[in-house]
Amino acid sequence: MLNNIQEFYNILPLVIIGGLILISVVIEIYWDNSEKFLPWFSIIGFLSAGIYALIDVSNTSIIFQNMLATGGVVNIFWLIFNVSAAIVCLLSVNYIKKYGAYYGEYYIIIQTSVLGMMLMAGAKDLIMIFLGLEIMSISFYVLAGFNRKLSSANEASLKYFLLGAFATGFLVYGIALIYGKATTTSIDVISSNFSALSGNVLFLAGVLLFLIGFSFKIAAFPFHMWVPDVYQGSPTTVAGLFSTAGKAAGFSALIVTFGALFGGAYSHLFTPYLSAIAVFSMLFGSIVAIIQTDIKRMLAYSSIAHAGYMLIGLASGNIDGVAGIIFYLAAYTFMNLAAFGIVSIVEGKDETNLDLDSYAGLGTRSPFLAGLFALIMFALAGIPPFAGFFGKYYVFIAAIKANLTWLAIVGIISSAISIYFYLRIVVIMYFKSSESEDKPSYLNSEIIAVIISVALIIILGLVPGSFIDLITSFLK
Amino acid sequence: MENSLLLTYLLLIPFIGSIALLFIKAEKENLIRYFGLGISVIAFLLSLVIYFNFDPSNSSFQFVHKFKWIENLNINYFVGIDGMALLLLVLTTFLTPLTLISSWTSINKKVKEFTFFMLFLELGMLGVFVSLDLFLFYFFWEAMLIPMYFIIGIWGGQERIYAAVKFFIYTMAGSLVMLVAIIWLAIHASNYLGKFTTDLVELYSVAPLFDLSIQNYLFIAFALSFAIKVPLFPFHTWLPDAHVQAPTAGSVILAGVLLKMGTYGLLRYNLPLFPAASLHFASFMSTLAVIGIIYGALVAMVQTDMKKLVAYSSVAHLGFVVLGIFAMTQESMQGAIIQMINHGLSTGALFLLVGMLYERTHTREISYYGGIAKLVPVYSFFLLLVSLSSIGLPGLNGFVGEFLILLGSFKSTVLNSWWYTVFATTGVIFAAVYLLWMYKRVVFGKVVNPKLNDLTDLNKREIFVLVPIIIFIVWIGIYPGTFLNVSEKTSDKIIERVFEPPKVELK
Repeated sequence: MLNNIQEFYNILPLVIIGGLILISVVIEIYWDNSEKFLPWFSIIGFLSAGIYALIDVSNTSIIFQNMLATGGVVNIFWLIFNVSAAIVCLLSVNYIKKYGAYYGEYYIIIQTSVLGMMLMAGAKDLIMIFLGLEIMSISFYVLAGFNRKLSSANEASLKYFLLGAFATGFLVYGIALIYGKATTTSIDVISSNFSALSGNVLFLAGVLLFLIGFSFKIAAFPFHMWVPDVYQGSPTTVAGLFSTAGKAAGFSALIVTFGALFGGAYSHLFTPYLSAIAVFSMLFGSIVAIIQTDIKRMLAYSSIAHAGYMLIGLASGNIDGVAGIIFYLAAYTFMNLAAFGIVSIVEGKDETNLDLDSYAGLGTRSPFLAGLFALIMFALAGIPPFAGFFGKYYVFIAAIKANLTWLAIVGIISSAISIYFYLRIVVIMYFKSSESEDKPSYLNSEIIAVIISVALIIILGLVPGSFIDLITSFLK
Repeated sequence: MENSLLLTYLLLIPFIGSIALLFIKAEKENLIRYFGLGISVIAFLLSLVIYFNFDPSNSSFQFVHKFKWIENLNINYFVGIDGMALLLLVLTTFLTPLTLISSWTSINKKVKEFTFFMLFLELGMLGVFVSLDLFLFYFFWEAMLIPMYFIIGIWGGQERIYAAVKFFIYTMAGSLVMLVAIIWLAIHASNYLGKFTTDLVELYSVAPLFDLSIQNYLFIAFALSFAIKVPLFPFHTWLPDAHVQAPTAGSVILAGVLLKMGTYGLLRYNLPLFPAASLHFASFMSTLAVIGIIYGALVAMVQTDMKKLVAYSSVAHLGFVVLGIFAMTQESMQGAIIQMINHGLSTGALFLLVGMLYERTHTREISYYGGIAKLVPVYSFFLLLVSLSSIGLPGLNGFVGEFLILLGSFKSTVLNSWWYTVFATTGVIFAAVYLLWMYKRVVFGKVVNPKLNDLTDLNKREIFVLVPIIIFIVWIGIYPGTFLNVSEKTSDKIIERVFEPPKVELK
């Protein structure tokens, strides 16, 4: 129930996306050429929701009988989701035609997934988290298998669905156990009674199961097995969405739930678990990425490693850590979207040109694309002055402040390992020559999407201060 | 007149130049070459303006320019120089145009990219020398890796990819350790300063107050990163690969400037920030340096490839610099600084000369040559002069630096043993052996290889590249005072910071 008109303004981004979905469905039904119109319509919707969320960022409120929070960090997450969805739509215009799945529904399902993410980020209640998560996940299962004629896409979709459903099962079971002891699903009430509840084994088991469910969604070791297969089988642009907005949504829910507990200094309960999965995710992701020969699988393992770096921020359990994660997520979102954007441009018909060797000589064949891709790889490797570096810098500061210097050192070791495979792309593009003279063709819309992402990587890298200030101001 | 914006302008020149270069069509190769040269010459002229406006009698940082960059972490854009940085700054702007001229004909593919990376590299190197904020320093330190990586990887020799990747990962691994140390240092210093800051001048006042154990850890982390860059034995293995595979311009910049960043880092960060740890590790570092001197010389002696020989000689020469730094006397410190410049000039010139020969014959094997003195007398003269300078013949630059270092280390109270000096001095003898032996095998004797008969002597462009370097080689050799004066206050200040660290109670 809305109490006044101000609350309506606060949830306007949600209303915009909801309205966008409804109108898009109608357009899709009555208009034969909807696939030409819907991407642009979606982009306008996403951008207006995202920009409104940014304008309205300082109006914090809790509405719907303590179910949903708006403003502050929530709106920053909404901005990240919407901008990345807009970039994905921009990339998809040409890609889904090439990919052989030229249907308007594609954009509607992206819209529903964004709605789910936005509910997760704003959730104040475990039920709300579950609701948002399911809206997002079911949309993702459909998107993964969007080209139903491709067996690899079917495999990806089914695998994602089965494992995802299993993880959701853990999550629901966890919520049930938490509810059993706490007799409420309200996150605020649980966190204020946490010291009384934390003695109960079943309650803690519930929290652990909850964490496991989300470890799956953020692709952290050892719940990462679906990631490479799903990224490889899904449409490239969709894999970009999974790895950026999807991961950001998972982290937003973790921050919503665990962030509320850090004020009470309960981080010591979770730090061992979070540190352990952070360490394994970083090292496993970085090491296994080295032996990949498929670019999408390589990016999948790199995304596992990045989940590990972000978990350092969560394990630190302080405000710097949370601010660091949010900054990292923003940086990572644009880096990975740009990377998947280039991959989708280079990718040929019928999923060709996806192995690393097809990038050989790109530096000569298409200097502009290669230059952008090299820059993205340096950014992902965490080399200044790009945004990826500051993401790491902030989470490492948080870890050292929390007396977890060893975790920062493991992060450093893993970064050093990861440089090898990011650099390998650059090596292949510039230092190896290829027989083919093919110049990847692209539309303006695609390259603009990549350029926007790269520009954001550079801007966040050169002036990270104002963004991190904005985030921190809402965490205090 | 002291203009605080001069250093910022100096950084902007290669930056704007490299961006503007992107808008020139790649086909206009000559225009690109002249453009790159023009930009680097402007940077050199500006660095001369800075040189003449510098006040050597003032020991504090000059041309300081500071503004807030990342406010919530108290990270500033903070630049300024002292005498040591000034010398290295001028060396950088001096060598860059010369390397561009030297690669006028040898680089003929992707000229645009090459010039872009060279200008970008110059920006990174200048940035490293002028930064007075640890964060800004790290920023440039890393940014500089990318162009060097491409220069080796694209324009290098047969094994260039291996060398480029090794160079990158080696240096990156070292500098990541330094990054953790920087963050840790700043967080620990915030207990004293009350705020998180990476401002070097503020850290100078509190870092020496840390406990010895903390200082030791931080010293090791910083020193590891710098030791890889120097490279100090046993972290030198990337150097021969990178040097041999890099194109001539890359080798010259690598030897001339990049290696100096390691020793510069030791002087700028390790000694003043962690004086107690520096004294604690002085003998250890000096031992590594002496091992490096002898090891580098012995390995250089058995090389069959001229470039590799010069590369290993760098290991030995930089060993002298590190010995000079950790002997911590006024003479040795001055010697170390002047030796950094000397090595940049002499080894840079040696790489240029080897590159010029390689451009003609496409081999660097010593056994291929013999008796070229009659064929290319001008070349032979230059090679002799530069070799002698590298050996340390009195009257040429190398002697001044090595003599001061050996003198200083002999009477050093920190090392307190003349064995370091004894062993280091053998390095001078070995240097004469490997360089003169190479010279003998390449230049003297009869022409055995008939292919050498078409060898052409240096052209005007090549002589034009070498002569400025020779002028400074002789200048420093005969009248080193010009340069020693500039760095005198700096080395005094560093020694003062080591032996009389600030003592303030906890706030």
